[in-house]
Amino acid sequence: MSGLQLLVDALSLGSQYAIVALGIGLVFGVMRMINFAHGDLITFSAYALVVPTAAELAPPLIGALPSWILVPAILAVSTAVALLLERFAFRPLRKRNADGTSLLISSFAVSYLLQSVVLFVHTGRPKSVSIFDYLSQTVTLGGIRVALVDIVTVAVTALMMMGMLLMLNFTRTGRDIRAASEDFVMARLLGVRADRVIASAFALSGILAGTVALLYVTKTGILDYRFGVPLAIAGFVGTVLGGMGSLLGAVLGGMALGVTSMLLDAILPSDLRASRDAFLYGLVILVLLVRPEGLFTSSRSRERI
Amino acid sequence: MTVSTPSYPTHGLQMAKQRLIPAAYLIGALLVLSLIIGWLGSDRLASSATEALVYVMIVVGLSIFIGNSGIVSFGHISFALIGVYATAWQSCCGALRVIYMPGLPDWLSTVEVPPVLAGFNGALIASIVALVVGVGIMRLNGVAASIASLCLLFVVKTVYENWDNWTGGQSTIVGLPTYVDLKVAWAGAASAILVATLYRTSTFGLRLRASREDEPAARAAGVNVWLQRLIAFVLSAFVVAVGGIFYGHFLGAIALSMFWLDMTFLTLAMLVIGGMNSMTGAVAGSLLVAVVREMVQFLERGVQIGSHTFQTANGTRDIVLALVLLTILIVRPQGLTGNFEWGSKR
Repeated sequence: MSGLQLLVDALSLGSQYAIVALGIGLVFGVMRMINFAHGDLITFSAYALVVPTAAELAPPLIGALPSWILVPAILAVSTAVALLLERFAFRPLRKRNADGTSLLISSFAVSYLLQSVVLFVHTGRPKSVSIFDYLSQTVTLGGIRVALVDIVTVAVTALMMMGMLLMLNFTRTGRDIRAASEDFVMARLLGVRADRVIASAFALSGILAGTVALLYVTKTGILDYRFGVPLAIAGFVGTVLGGMGSLLGAVLGGMALGVTSMLLDAILPSDLRASRDAFLYGLVILVLLVRPEGLFTSSRSRERI
Repeated sequence: MTVSTPSYPTHGLQMAKQRLIPAAYLIGALLVLSLIIGWLGSDRLASSATEALVYVMIVVGLSIFIGNSGIVSFGHISFALIGVYATAWQSCCGALRVIYMPGLPDWLSTVEVPPVLAGFNGALIASIVALVVGVGIMRLNGVAASIASLCLLFVVKTVYENWDNWTGGQSTIVGLPTYVDLKVAWAGAASAILVATLYRTSTFGLRLRASREDEPAARAAGVNVWLQRLIAFVLSAFVVAVGGIFYGHFLGAIALSMFWLDMTFLTLAMLVIGGMNSMTGAVAGSLLVAVVREMVQFLERGVQIGSHTFQTANGTRDIVLALVLLTILIVRPQGLTGNFEWGSKR
């Protein structure tokens, strides 16, 4: 494997993790809740591509539409589900002053609920689905063959990040989200509406979840009712690695995790490659021990007493 | 959040009595429950109750660390895994052991350690691992500590999966001696509650709880938070490992996938639903979730009332369970018991 090929693979996986981490980081920022259900939001919206059936070859549902409707349709599904979860599960909890641990556990319950619904409707059998077939070809880039989908993943992520950056910095909603992430109580006192700002954070995280769902399915072509869980955990670890509460940190943390994971794949001897995750997560523990507040944070963001 | 800490009388016998009353209440209640279930004589019910009591052990073990330190650990199920596999190396499945685990050294692959000793060794090994990793992880706070413990869960699982000539890899190991019945499980749960209560009310437990409520204040008062967390971490790893060992010897079969995210989430849900900050909560939560799971399964199989069979559709079991758990959390986010401790003076 050449350097360039490795770079593309690493950036592609890193991009996926970065989008997931940003989705988790946005919600954590405004609500101080680690949303484990984010992964199942990804799964759930990916399953909207196919007709609910127990058969192995599920006919496409949204997946059959032309791509200019397909993409918005999936993003609409993921955003709608994110908003519903916020409204009916997380908002009542917040109104009752649930602490971080209770919120975390309820996000497990929500995650389990979404998984069970997918399992009930679509059965547990993995399904193959192909969208954007033309992306599965490889292109020759500087003498190296790379999969088009990886390049598209990186490009889409870059665009997404740019969009988020503009949105967070230059719109009213974005400013409210950033203000609420800094100091929720103070933001409320200054006129930011709590319910609304949390709902917008969930909506944005829903859009990000839908994007990951599309990228993941395009790349793998397989639907499995638990595929979102490892993604969510990677995003979750990435968020903390980058620095809890910092959105840029979440993106960089997710990217770092994905890139490290691919690099380990390349440098580990073949008999240890199966144990890659042990090295990866062992490394995360070591990094946290050295920098408990995250890699990409300034000392300013440390908790003051 | 304020927690009223009971004032402990300072002299001998009365002190011991006050400290142990909550434990005695809970152990007594579990004894009554077990006796009734044993007397009813239904095998299925007895087996469900045994499983529930094993979960009580694991959750009480979790609460020693999580309840007193306030740090959510996702890594404790690793200790159950390490404990039960270490026990299997010493006492599992007779002649099959060399087939499941061909990599064991000769002295280990043929030895037959009595179950109790094997279990003790297994839990000891798990606590030693906890001590080694705890030295590092206990330096961390809050979410960073939780994530580090989650990473630990991944590391242990991956290592065990790929160390397959000692662990059987992905395959299930069958033929563990099934010595855990209702009585044994009750004794296990009772011991776990006793150990946890003694720890909670000890100087160590009080110091750790002080650090949970207000860490800077506890530090200022001279509490070595790292050390207190480490003590609780190792002790709770031991209890959780014994719980895991009981689970393996209740089912008679173990697989790496049993001690993974599902068990982690289920036990954490039990702890939080009951109420993290009290022993009563840990026990009540495990029992409640166990009962709900059992009832949901019961409904799926169908209930005969008169000539009608009421049955929920296949596969709805998990949906209903998730909804019930979520509803309990929404109605009582501080847990069923809040901070109430049965038998403890306020």
